[in-house]
Amino acid sequence: MDDATPTTIDLRAEYEQSGVREVLDELDRELIGLAPVKSRIRETAALLLVDRARARLGLAHDTPTLHMSFTGNPGTGKTTVAYKMAGLLHRLGYIRKGHLVSVTRDDLVGQYIGHTAPKTKEVLKKAMGGVLFIDEAYYLYKPDNERDYGQEAIEILLQVMENNRDDLVVIMAGYADRMDRFFSANPGFRSRVAHHIDFPDYSEEELARIADSMLDAQGYRLDEGARAAMAEYVTLRRAQPHFANARSIRNALDRARLRQANRLFTQDRPVTADELCTITQADIRASRVFSGGLDPDRSGRKDDPHEL
Amino acid sequence: MRITQGCFSFLPDLTDEEISAQIEYCLGRGWAIGIEHTDDPHPRATFWEMWGNPMFDLRDAKGVMMELDDCRKANPDTYIRINAFDNTRGFETVTMSFLVSRPAVEPQIIMRRTEVDGRAIRYTHEVAR
Repeated sequence: MDDATPTTIDLRAEYEQSGVREVLDELDRELIGLAPVKSRIRETAALLLVDRARARLGLAHDTPTLHMSFTGNPGTGKTTVAYKMAGLLHRLGYIRKGHLVSVTRDDLVGQYIGHTAPKTKEVLKKAMGGVLFIDEAYYLYKPDNERDYGQEAIEILLQVMENNRDDLVVIMAGYADRMDRFFSANPGFRSRVAHHIDFPDYSEEELARIADSMLDAQGYRLDEGARAAMAEYVTLRRAQPHFANARSIRNALDRARLRQANRLFTQDRPVTADELCTITQADIRASRVFSGGLDPDRSGRKDDPHEL
Repeated sequence: MRITQGCFSFLPDLTDEEISAQIEYCLGRGWAIGIEHTDDPHPRATFWEMWGNPMFDLRDAKGVMMELDDCRKANPDTYIRINAFDNTRGFETVTMSFLVSRPAVEPQIIMRRTEVDGRAIRYTHEVAR
């Protein structure tokens, strides 16, 4: 209709129309806890909305740097939030397609000379128009080996992060302390990553709610005894090594379902629908967590950190 | 002589935005994109040099445009075309192909007549530079 610059913009209406509200509501509904993360995402969304409004009013604006780093312990929801972030940025129009490409060192770094650059470029091409999620990004940089091909991947990444800011957003994720070391060893990344979001560990009460929602999604529920046992389980499990927050809970529930199935299978009478859906105290109390945790002879196994 | 091959070749050369838009269309239909180049525009020269592998799982045209820029840099004065491959059962063929780069001075394609037995005429085409 008219190309004239509008004089006012209703931010509230923008917020409703762009679909940002849906993403944020979904985030609130589906993710338990993570209050600081949610407030940071809200702030980022507000910034981007304001920035878009400024652009429409013809005020000075610069495409904001949107590369992010997510730090936190395993199982705190970094990947899940990255998917939501891709949806959010897509609705705000900062990325064209809104898909997420999740990679680790293996997908970027080659095995011999001349293998890394094409491999990294291949991944970058796939990620164009969306979000590139690099899990455990610090593995790209191996200071003890100066011939490591990771450095080559880092250089290509830095170049694309600078030149193709309109085309893709890079999110790097990993443990907080190792990410800090990674950023201090690679100042190029530090200056190109504007948003650092820290994912706190879940509280015991939040983990209990997570357990409930996971079971709910699978059509199971805990009876009273099991609920108490689960709370106790969470307290004990936290103190033991290799605790991975929501992921540990998911694994515990998977094994509880296994024991429940076994229990129902060995009993000598027909089962009811109610029994099929209920996890009892016995299913949870059978876990090794209650008998002192990891077996000494298995605790040395590093490849199996979530198994108990 | 201006070579006309593939889609859009009777139109003015496509700009980069137009090429991007065409690639978006191809990707939207789930076609795989390949880039090819040659210095021999003879109509019978169907096999051009491939620039890298065909790209099967892209979501955005930017990925192709990056490759195209690299290809132009490496082969500045050649013909470059983009092929879109449809892997639908029953098609399994290139469904769209268009030129995206031409050399500054294009070669001529000339026709030669040769008289053979019984005054029959054979016609061939040759690229003359």
